[in-house]
Amino acid sequence: MSTAHNGQDAGQAQATGGKHTAGAYDVRTVIGGLIGFYGVVLVVLGIVDYGEAEAAKTGDWNANLWVGIGMLVFALVFAAWTKLRPVVLADGEAVEDPTGGADSAGR
Amino acid sequence: MVLAADETLRLDANFIDYALVAAYFAVVLLIGFAARRRVSDSLDFFLSGRSLPAWVTGLAFISANLGAVEIIGMSANGAQFGMATFHYFWIGAVPAMLFLGVVMMPFYYGSKVRSVPEFMRRRFGTGAHLVNALSFALAQVLIAGINLYLLATIVNALLGWPQWISLIVAAAVVLSYITLGGLSAAIYNEVLQFFVIVAALLPLTLIGLHRVGGVGGLIDSIRDSGNENDLSSWPGSDLSSIDNPVLSVIGIVFGLGFVLSFGYWTTNFVEVQRAMATKSMSAARSTPIIGSFPKMFIPFIVIVPGMIAAVLVNETRDLKAGGDPGVTYNDSILLLIRDVLPNGLLGVAIAGLLASFMAGMAANISAFNTVFSYDLWQQYVKKDRPDDYYLKVGRVATVGATVVAIFTALIAANFDNLMDYLQTLFGFFNAPLFATFILGMFWKRMTATAGWTGLVSGTLAAVLVWSLSETGVIGLEGQGASFVAAGAAFVVDIVVSVAVSMVTAPKPVSELAGLVYSETPKEVRTDPDAHKLPWYQSPTKLAGISLVLVIVLNLIFR
Repeated sequence: MSTAHNGQDAGQAQATGGKHTAGAYDVRTVIGGLIGFYGVVLVVLGIVDYGEAEAAKTGDWNANLWVGIGMLVFALVFAAWTKLRPVVLADGEAVEDPTGGADSAGR
Repeated sequence: MVLAADETLRLDANFIDYALVAAYFAVVLLIGFAARRRVSDSLDFFLSGRSLPAWVTGLAFISANLGAVEIIGMSANGAQFGMATFHYFWIGAVPAMLFLGVVMMPFYYGSKVRSVPEFMRRRFGTGAHLVNALSFALAQVLIAGINLYLLATIVNALLGWPQWISLIVAAAVVLSYITLGGLSAAIYNEVLQFFVIVAALLPLTLIGLHRVGGVGGLIDSIRDSGNENDLSSWPGSDLSSIDNPVLSVIGIVFGLGFVLSFGYWTTNFVEVQRAMATKSMSAARSTPIIGSFPKMFIPFIVIVPGMIAAVLVNETRDLKAGGDPGVTYNDSILLLIRDVLPNGLLGVAIAGLLASFMAGMAANISAFNTVFSYDLWQQYVKKDRPDDYYLKVGRVATVGATVVAIFTALIAANFDNLMDYLQTLFGFFNAPLFATFILGMFWKRMTATAGWTGLVSGTLAAVLVWSLSETGVIGLEGQGASFVAAGAAFVVDIVVSVAVSMVTAPKPVSELAGLVYSETPKEVRTDPDAHKLPWYQSPTKLAGISLVLVIVLNLIFR
């Protein structure tokens, strides 16, 4: 989850030369994932379920469709940001280690 | 806060809307579980191990404040007063946030204290500390209860769930992710909440604007309805309840802009705690400054929907024209949601509102458990226990606070006015706090006795002014009264603190390192690596940009 705290999640992180990326535990992945999911649902709704009732509410604008597309774009931007600037953690970062000298962590 | 009863607000939510809300709650709980994997000591639990990046804490900083009172209350003000409501953001928040980052954060972060009351104890000893820690802890539990009550009221109004079920479900969700993951879970959820709230309110604003014919259409409709005043933010006489335009401006700038907002934003541990969770001095200082950028644009998706509701929603328009359609201004944004959002977006909006209402409560509880464990239990009850003992105390305190909040919510349900009064009273603790902090940080002569006597007399001064205006002895009402009360608290606190300092003995200078400006070596209050940072990570440069932007906004929307 944390962008700087996932050394112990060895299963999730990719070990490359003693460094990890936060991977699925990066908060940006979670945000982009949820908004992206909303985007997919809204786009589908906008395509299959846009009728008179909806048009009356929004003033003849397929809001679900367009907001959904906006959310998908947002999710893609977040995915690209996470990909291009991954949170990289060295193995030795003390804050990661639940067993070692935890009280000095991050101070 | 009073909302319309029964069916008026009932939203026509269908299966897909519920599914979108459920998806949000699933992610919230996942964050709690994920954060739990790395909570290994009490500093992790309470301050996230001081490890978070500044953009995360910056968004959490404003999200913690973006609760029920903010969204419902500010859109209500937007419907009632129009553009003058912008002052709560541009005058009443941004300058204080910048001041916190530039001037005060070096002392909070540099002195390595774990809470704002702890700073109080190191600077002024136990007298001022006890006053501060107790009033803060009490206020947080009660305010958490008020947030919880609003949440349950709104779930009841929107979805028709019985109030007691909404109370318990909401409390259980907040409790589970905070006890599991501590402050990290609270902060990550706040960041997520921020995006979901924007995803809910931005489309609402755009669709609403589309319905009234764009910005031009909105302005014309407001003019046609005879509310020309709503289109200018100064002098804001309706907002301040002060008729004289000059005094109204002074009241808004000094009362709201200086004393109330500086008191709230710079000493409220709920907010400061977010900055303390960062990894470096520069990141800590940047937290409120980064937060100030979204903060100055939030009014466009909170206040503007209120203004749209006042011309588009039948009930709100009636209310504004002096009729009695059985709704209050607090219903404005909910009624607009009812009228313009189709199923689908409706689910996103409900998720966003619930997210925001939980954010307020979660922030209160996570600040409470820190102050309770470190400042009250460790300081006055059981000293010198191993670290995991205080971690356990923190978890127990979280459960206790949530249970108390449920009872507070039940009290609030029965005594609406009592809660309003209590909330006003807690506002009074903030105004003198700022005076004491700022004097204590920059004047090494200020003594421990001056610390607590200043606080107590400042608070009493505020209470006195407020009771005089409540009983009609002085002719002030509404916001004007609280602006003046806060001003009085500030002045009395300064005068008493200076007078008492003159006749009592100051702390030895050697004990003031890190706490007072003149006694703090430059290395302690600055980041040694600061010069290596690019401009967009430099707190002072960002603060300058933010200040210019907020002045420009004030000029455009005057």
